[in-house]
Order: sequence, then C-alpha cells, then structure tokens
Amino acid sequence: MRAMDYRGPRRVRVVDKPMPKLEHPRDAIVRVTRSCICGSDLHLYHGMVPDTRVGMTFGHEFCGVVEEVGSGVENLKAGDHVLVPFNIACGQCHFCKQGLFGNCHESNAQATAVGGIFGYSHTAGGYDGGQAEYVRVPYADFGPTIIPDWMDPDDAVLLTDVVPTGYQAAEMGGIQKGDTVVVFGAGPVGLLAARSAWLFGAGRVIVIDHVEYRLEFARTYCPAEVYDFREIGDPVVFLKKITDIGPDVCIDAVGADASGNAWHTLFGKKLKLEAGSAVPLHWAINSVKKGGVVSIVGVYGPTGNMVPIGNVVNKGITIRANQASVKRHLPKLIEHVREGRIDPKGIITHRVPLEDVAEAYHLFSSKLDGCIKPVLIPSAA
Amino acid sequence: MSKDIPMTQSEQADAAADTAPDAKHPRIDPQTVIGWGVDADPENDPTYPMRDRSKDDGPGMNWTPPVAQVADVEILQSVEYLRRPATVGQSTPPSGLSGKIRRAAFAYSESQWGHWLLLMLADRVNFVEGIVDDLGKGTLPNPVAEMGLVKSSNARVAGVATLAVAGLAVFGLVTLLRGRDR
Ligand SMILES: [Zn+2]
Ligand SMILES: [Zn+2]
Repeated sequence: MRAMDYRGPRRVRVVDKPMPKLEHPRDAIVRVTRSCICGSDLHLYHGMVPDTRVGMTFGHEFCGVVEEVGSGVENLKAGDHVLVPFNIACGQCHFCKQGLFGNCHESNAQATAVGGIFGYSHTAGGYDGGQAEYVRVPYADFGPTIIPDWMDPDDAVLLTDVVPTGYQAAEMGGIQKGDTVVVFGAGPVGLLAARSAWLFGAGRVIVIDHVEYRLEFARTYCPAEVYDFREIGDPVVFLKKITDIGPDVCIDAVGADASGNAWHTLFGKKLKLEAGSAVPLHWAINSVKKGGVVSIVGVYGPTGNMVPIGNVVNKGITIRANQASVKRHLPKLIEHVREGRIDPKGIITHRVPLEDVAEAYHLFSSKLDGCIKPVLIPSAA
Repeated sequence: MSKDIPMTQSEQADAAADTAPDAKHPRIDPQTVIGWGVDADPENDPTYPMRDRSKDDGPGMNWTPPVAQVADVEILQSVEYLRRPATVGQSTPPSGLSGKIRRAAFAYSESQWGHWLLLMLADRVNFVEGIVDDLGKGTLPNPVAEMGLVKSSNARVAGVATLAVAGLAVFGLVTLLRGRDR
C-alpha cells in the first residue's frame, strides 16, 4: 500500500509499505478515505517531539471503510464507514472508565504521561497513522464510530480531532453566560474553540493570532473579534485594557510552535531546551482575570516550559488541560453538525492526493496559499 | 523631539486599546450567532476533566485488563509501568546506533530530562541513518521533493536537478582547489 514516510525534520514522502495486519483480537483494518494533516503533526514534522523515528507514518485524523475485523470485534463489520478518534483507548481501564479516553493506560508502552495516538511518534505509542491507504485500528470495538448516512466524509474526518478538541477547550474553560473568552491561535483548533465558546454562552469572543488570512477567516467563521498581535503592542496590556479586568477565560490553542517572543523562540524552538515555545500560555496566564480559567489544548513536549507559574498562584487561576476525549463528545457534536451549529468542513482549504503529501506539509507548515486545513485523499478512497 | 522616540510595547497596547473594538475589529453581537448558549450549563463549573469518584474503583481492582498483544518487534517500555499495556504500536522498531541510544534512554523515567534529551539525540542520528539506508538501497536523496518544494509529478526532475547542482558544486570546488595548488 502507499503510505506517508517520515525521513527527518521537514522531509516526508510517499512509499510502498506492507499492508497492516490484525495484531490483536480487538483490532480492525480500515481503508482510509480521508486523512488530515493536523497542526500537531507539524510539531512532529519540525522534529520537536522526542522519539519520532525515521520510517514512521503519521496521521491521527482519518475516516474510512472497515476492511477486516479481529475476532473480538462484534459491533463493526467489513464495509462500515467509520470515523476513528485520534485517541487509542481501551474503554475499560481506570482512566477510560472516568471518560478520560485521551489518557488510556492500555495503549502506550513508551510513556505513562500520554495515551496512545495514531501516527504520533513512539512517545505516543509507536502506532503507524492514517496518512496511508490502510491503517491498523486497535480497540476497534470501542473507538471507531459509524458515520451517519447524511454526514459528508469531509465533516466526519474533522470530528476525529479538530472539532472535539476545540469544543473541549471551550468546555474546560467552564464558560458561563456572558463571559469574555480569548482564544490564542486562529488555526483549525482555535477556530473551533472560538466557535464552541458561543455555544457555551460566551458574551464576547476574541481571537489573537498574527497570520492575517486566518484572522480574516476567524472574523466570519467563528465569528469573532480578531486582533493581530503585531499591531496591539503588549497583548497582555491590550487585553486588560479592552476588558477592564482581564478576560474570564483564556484558551491556548497553539502549543509548541508558537511565535511572538524571541526568548521562547530561542529556548523552545532553536535550542529545544524548552518543550516548545510557550508564548500563548504565558500570555494566557498573565492576561486572564484573577480567579479566571486558563484552558490548554495546544500540544507541548514532555519536558519543561518557562511559564510564569508564580502568577498562577498569586492570581488564583484555575488551569484545565487535556488531550480531547473524542469519544465522549461525539454524540453531541454529531447533533451540532446536523443542526448546522458547527460547520467542520468549512475550514478545509486544500484537498490533496496522498501522493502529494510532501507539498501539503510544506504548504501547511509555511502557511502558504491561504492554507487552514489540508485533507489528504488516497487514490484507493 | 518626543515623537522620534519609539513607543514601548505597553504604550502601543495603550494606544491600540483606546480605539478597540472599532470598525476594523468589530465586536460580535451574541444574539446573531447560530446556536448561542445551547450548551450553556451553570453546572459546568468546575469543569471537565474532573475525577469521577462514582467510577473510581482504583486501578487493578474489579477489572480484567484487555488481552495482551504479542509483539513481533522490540518494544521499548517506560519504567513507570508495572506491566506492559495491552496493545503496542509496531512501527519502526529501534535499530542501529539510534536504537542503542533509545534503549539507553529508556533506562530513565519520563521524569528525567536525560530520557527525553537522549531520545532527541537518537532522532537526529536516525535522520542520518535514514539517508545512509536510502543510499544502501540505491535510492538517491531527493530533499527538494521531500521538503515539498515541488509537486510530486515533478519530483524526478527535481531529483535530477538537485544531483546536477550538487555535481556542479563538487566540480567547481575541485577545480578551485586544483587552481590553488598551482
Ligand atoms: Zn490533530
Ligand atoms: Zn483505557
């Protein structure tokens, strides 16, 4: 089969690889029909995630058709069209029982700090991902969800990560009616976090970024009040001034690849002594009102970051953070898509054949051609 | 005079805040947003993820773990586990020098920087191994195509062009060095 192949920082290609096999009674093999490149794939692509091995296939956002199921899978059959949450979760361990499907204890031998994730380095379990024609799906009797007949596959594939992650970012903010919510980052997750903030009753939604076309998109898609951080001086001062006492809720939807601060760029991105550049987190902690909530869904590495933790204490801030627990949100999100409250495929800007994966990564990484969300389509789809 | 002194970031923020929101950054009226408040919930505070004590029976109690996968390849395992999780990924097992470094890294817990820094080092070594491996299989590196700077349909042309440029550079260097010798 054809599959994406990581060769080192900023170098990927498509090659022939052996077909995946059933390795466990609860496995399924899925023929991929849609597979996205995610902002967090860029952390891998830039070589920032430890234990990202040459030869791995990335891709944790995919949907497709069930090709084959193991003897332990009774609720799926060949031919079912499914969307596959990015979390590999057993559904029955201590953490899964609490609905923490992003924190499953039975899917990642390499690290206890994160659950298994498809195609996301060996630090997230060493599973090949969905930027391929076929993929092995562990715990297929738990994770995959049948795509309703009426749903467009372009919407379905975004329910595997981007939509639930954005939605959970807003949920973790504990937004109450009338709250002012600031979202750092106008990438796919930031857009969905801002959109979801309204569903939770926000009174004002502000999005901060520096990529003009993305801010322009956020203005109408979310819709949101948008600011370019290059035009507002010190964003912390600016946010306090326009909200009186600071926003009620700040959401970090950027993570390790953030721009905007020379110090973090040097230590986090160039020297790699921090687990990525923590600029939005820094801004979130310092701008949120005292007693406010900071919600983090941006992805950082497993080492340390220089953030003003003293201010968290002195301001009495609540920090909420997690990898999205996709399966937990799906029933509600499918309903929101059907009712037209969320338009997932509205963020897709590029539909690219799998063969052009290198070009798609380059476009997305360098923010060229108005790219917001690229989707890869294998020729067998 | 003072107008020549650049504004500090705080002064810039002050100035920008004086006019915001404005025509260029309009404030959105919540009543115009489809679905506003449908998921509003006063109970969502404090919010997810919360410990759900009703389902908290402690690990290892009252449950049978999933059947364990028999791995066909070497799996490195965090020292923080009591036993191996039931399923494992079988992509790209450790090999070569990078594999040796990765094995060394897994002697340390996830809490130690040495663990992660060794893995980062292994990744850089692995990159070089990838090129050597390609050459061993008779595949010439094609960085221009792999970096996505050309369409895949032009990848072959890009590969030839890269080789030509590299060849010319080597030829030029050799000529230059020879000239110096004389
Ligand atoms: Zn993703
Ligand atoms: Zn689990």
